[in-house]
Amino acid sequence: MSNVEKHAHGKSGFSRRSFLKGSGAAAAATALAGGQGIAGAEEASRVVGPGMSKITLVVNGQSHKVDVEPRMTLLEALRYGAGLTGAKPISGDGSSGGSTVLIDGKPASASALLAMDCEGKKITTSESLAGDKLDPVAGAFVNHDASQCGFCTPGFVVAVKAFLAKNPKATEEEIRAGLNGNLCRCGTYGNIIPAVLDVVKGAGNG
Amino acid sequence: MVEYTWPDRKDSSVLGGSHDKVDGPAKCTGTAKYSYDITPPKTALARALGCPHAHCKIKSIDTAPAEKVAGVVHARALKKPGDEIEWQGELIAVVVGETEGAVAEGLAAIKADYEPLDVFVNEEDLDAAEAAGRARKGPGKVQLENEPGDDEDEDAFEEKEIARLFREAAAVVEGRYGIRAITHMCLEPHGSTCDWQDGKLTAHLSTQNVSGTPGQFGGPLGITADDVTVHCDYIGGGFGSKFAADSWGVLAATLSKDLNRPVKLMLDRDTELKIAGARPSGFADVKVGANSEGVITIWDSHHWSTGGMGGGSLSQDVMPYVIVPPNFRRRTTNVRTNTGPTRAWRAPNHPQGCALSQTAIDDVAAKLGMDSYELFRRNLVNVPEERRKLYEEEMKIAAKLMDWKAKWHPHGKGPKDGSVVSGLGMAIHTWRGGGHPSSCRVKIHPDGGVEAFLGSQDLGTGTRTVIATVLAETFGLPVDAVKVNIGSSKYPPSGPSGGSTTVGGVAESSRHAGLDALAQLNEKVAAKLGAKAQDLVAKDGRISDKNNADKGLSWKEACGLLGMNPLEVTSRGAPGRDSKLSSSGVGGVQMAEVAVDRETGVVRMKKFVAVQDMGLVVNRKTAESQILGAMIMGIAFSLFEERIMDAKSGAFLNAEIADYKLPRLGDVGELVVEIYEPEEERARGVIGLGEPPVIGPGAAISNAVANALGVRVPVLPMTPKQVLDTLKARGA
Ligand code: FES
Repeated sequence: MSNVEKHAHGKSGFSRRSFLKGSGAAAAATALAGGQGIAGAEEASRVVGPGMSKITLVVNGQSHKVDVEPRMTLLEALRYGAGLTGAKPISGDGSSGGSTVLIDGKPASASALLAMDCEGKKITTSESLAGDKLDPVAGAFVNHDASQCGFCTPGFVVAVKAFLAKNPKATEEEIRAGLNGNLCRCGTYGNIIPAVLDVVKGAGNG
Repeated sequence: MVEYTWPDRKDSSVLGGSHDKVDGPAKCTGTAKYSYDITPPKTALARALGCPHAHCKIKSIDTAPAEKVAGVVHARALKKPGDEIEWQGELIAVVVGETEGAVAEGLAAIKADYEPLDVFVNEEDLDAAEAAGRARKGPGKVQLENEPGDDEDEDAFEEKEIARLFREAAAVVEGRYGIRAITHMCLEPHGSTCDWQDGKLTAHLSTQNVSGTPGQFGGPLGITADDVTVHCDYIGGGFGSKFAADSWGVLAATLSKDLNRPVKLMLDRDTELKIAGARPSGFADVKVGANSEGVITIWDSHHWSTGGMGGGSLSQDVMPYVIVPPNFRRRTTNVRTNTGPTRAWRAPNHPQGCALSQTAIDDVAAKLGMDSYELFRRNLVNVPEERRKLYEEEMKIAAKLMDWKAKWHPHGKGPKDGSVVSGLGMAIHTWRGGGHPSSCRVKIHPDGGVEAFLGSQDLGTGTRTVIATVLAETFGLPVDAVKVNIGSSKYPPSGPSGGSTTVGGVAESSRHAGLDALAQLNEKVAAKLGAKAQDLVAKDGRISDKNNADKGLSWKEACGLLGMNPLEVTSRGAPGRDSKLSSSGVGGVQMAEVAVDRETGVVRMKKFVAVQDMGLVVNRKTAESQILGAMIMGIAFSLFEERIMDAKSGAFLNAEIADYKLPRLGDVGELVVEIYEPEEERARGVIGLGEPPVIGPGAAISNAVANALGVRVPVLPMTPKQVLDTLKARGA
C-alpha cells in the first residue's frame, strides 16, 4: 500500500510552472517508457500532470502501483510510494551514490531519475539482497564489518554488485580505481576493499 | 555478593573475540530503518528554508504564496520582521506538503526581504578580525619552573624567563600553523519524523542521545518528558552533532500537533552543512625551543579560532598537545564569525591541538636534522609519566609495521621519482573515554531466550553487538543468542553517545545486569542440583558446578526452572574509580607515509599505521573498524575537506556533497591497524575508542608531507593548491 496514494490532495490549483515542467518530463517519460522513440510521437504528445498519475514500477520483481507527479524522482517514489527505503537521500544529484539502484541491471542514482522514466524497467534495490540467504556481496560486507552507521552502505553494496557484474575478476587496484562513485563519511572504505576482494575470490572458486 | 569483574583472557569465550555486527545484515541490505526512513501513514513532508544572507535583518517574510501551491498543506514564517540573522542557513520559514515537489515549489514561492548587515567570516586573518572588532582575548596559561623574586614584577619576569629559555635553546622553531573548520557532514541529515497523538509525542529522531532528548521536546510542547517517546533504531552519522532535539525537531513536533498528522522534517544538505554542526578551526603562532638532544624545553604559542558567533572555539587545554615541556606559555583569541555554530566533533579540540603542536615539534626534528621518530621518543620525557612506557611500546610496534627505519630519510632529502617525493610522519595522542551512566534491563525467558533493553543508541560503533557480547560471555552463550533492544527512550536510560563513553557505559550496565540476573538464576539451579550457588559457572551453554562439571544443567533446562514468568533484572553500571569493569585514559600512535607530486601538488596516502590501546577489547572486529574509520576521517580533514566561506557575502560556498571534498575509496592507501592490548592494559577494563584514533592523522600526515618536501605546508587540509602555494612561497 502506498503512502503517496493515501495522501489527500486538498488543493486543485495548478501552477503554470509545474505544468510546464511536468509535461516536458512526461513527454520524455512516455517516449522512454514506450521504447518507441520518435515513432511514438502520438503517444509522446499525451499530456500527463501536473498532478498525480498512477504508474506501475517493477521493483525487485514485484509490481508497485504508485501515484507520481511528473517531477517526482524515482527515489521519492520508491521511498514513499513503494515503502522501500534502502536507497538513501544523501545528495540530489547522484554525487554520493547513496541512492544507487539497478535499472535493467545498470547502476543509477534514484535521486537523479524521474519515476515516470522508470516505468516498464526492471528496478533492483538493496532490499533484494536480503532474505533467508544473504546475497554474497552483502554477506562479505557483513563479514568484513564494512558498515558503520550504515547509511551509505545499501548504495555501496548495490554499486559493488554492478561493478562486479562488469569486473568479476577485479584486482585490488581495479577495485580502488572503480568504486569512487560512492561516499562514506564513517570511513568504511578500508573494510570494503577486502570485502570486495573476498567476493572476487569466492566467485573464482565457485 | 556479586563481584563485578571480567573473566581472564584465557577464560573468556566470546569477550574480546571478533564478531560480526548483529545488525550487519540489516545495514548491508537497506532493511535497517533510520529516522529518515520512517513514514507513518498520512505523513506530511516538511522542509525548512535557510536564510541566504550571513548577516542581515529580516524586513519581511510572506509565506502566503507558498500556501497557494498545489500540494502544499501549510507554510509558516519562523522569524519576524526586525529579527537579526547571524549566519547563512538559519531557518526562517517552513513549508509542509504532500510531495517533495510541492514542498520545493512552496519554498521557492516564499517572498522574503532582508536588510544586509556587515559580514566577517575569515578568522584565519587575525589582523582583519581585530580591525573588524571581531577578536576577543581568551584564557591562557603560563607555567614556568622558576619563580619570580619577592619584589619582582610577574609579567616582566615571565617575559625575561621565556626570553632566557629561548636564548639557551639549541634549536628554535617559529611558525604559523593552521587547520580549517570542517563540518560533520552526517550522511543522514539532522531531523525527525514526529507523530503527535492525543497529547503524546513519538519522535523518530536521528539522535545520539535517545534517553536525553524527550524532555527537550516536552518542555516547548507543554507536555512532560514521560509523554514523549524518542525512537531511533539507526542513525546515519552523528559524530558529536546530534545530542539535541534542536529547534527543527521541536518544529516538526509542533507542526504535527498543529496539523494533526505526522510530519517529517529533515534538513536539506546545504542547510545541514551550514547550521547543524561544524568543528572549530585553529590557527596558531608557535615558537618552540629544544636542547641539542631535541628535547623540547620551552613552548610559547598564541592560537585563535572561531566557534561562530557564540563560544565554542578551540580550547586552550590542548596546546601544547601531549608533549608538554616544563616551561610553556599559551594564549588564545576567540574570533566571532558569521558562520553556523560549532558542535562537538569527534574528540573535541584534540585533532586541532595535535595538528597545531606536533607539527611544530616535528619541525624541530627538521631543524636539528634528526629522525622524527627519535625526536618524539626523546620527548616522551615530556608526556605524563604513567603513559611513557605505553607510548614507547606503541611507537616501536608502529615503526615496525611502517618499516620506519628502512624508509626514513632526513626532511626534504628523499629520493625523487620524477616529480614525486615520499615522506614519513608520526603523531601521538590521548583521550579520556570511560563509561557513561547506563542502566540495562535483562530478561531471561523460561525457554532460554535472552533479551536486553537499554535506552542507548548505535552510532555505527556496534553498540548492539557489544551488549550481546557482554551478555553472551556472562551467560556462557553464543553472541547471536542475545536479542538486544536499544533506541527507545522507554527503555532504561543510558547516557548520550559522546566522548567514547558508550561501550564503557553499556558494557558496565549489561555486565551488572547480566551478573545480577545470573545470580538469581543460579539460586534456582543450585537448589535443583544440590550445589552452592557461588560454585556455579555459566559456560558453553551450561550452568554447572565448578568442582564437578558433571553436575549441571543446560542453559535451557536452567531457564526452565523459572516457571511461567521471565526473570527480569534492571541494573545500573558503576563506572568510576572503584570499577573493575571500566576505566579511562588511552594513548595511541600513528604513522603516515605519503607521496607528494611537486608539480601537481597532489598528496597521495601510501600507508597509514595506527597502534591503539583501549583497555579491554570487547569486540575486536568492530574496534578495528572504529580505528579504520577514524583514520579515514583523519585523511579527510588532512587532505580534502574544509568549509569554504566567501569573505564578501559570508556564503558557505561548498555546502553540497559534490563540492565538499571528501576522500573516496581510492584515496585512502594501505591502512594498518594494530590494537595494543597487553595484560596490563586489558586489566584496566573497557575504556572506549571512538575518539582517540581520529586525533593523530592531521599531525602525522602533515609531518609526512613536510618530510617529503622539506618544507611545512602550514595549513590543513593540504589540498593541491595549499601544497603548490607553499612551494612557491618558500621557493622550494
Ligand atoms: S557507514 Fe556511515 S556513511 Fe558509510
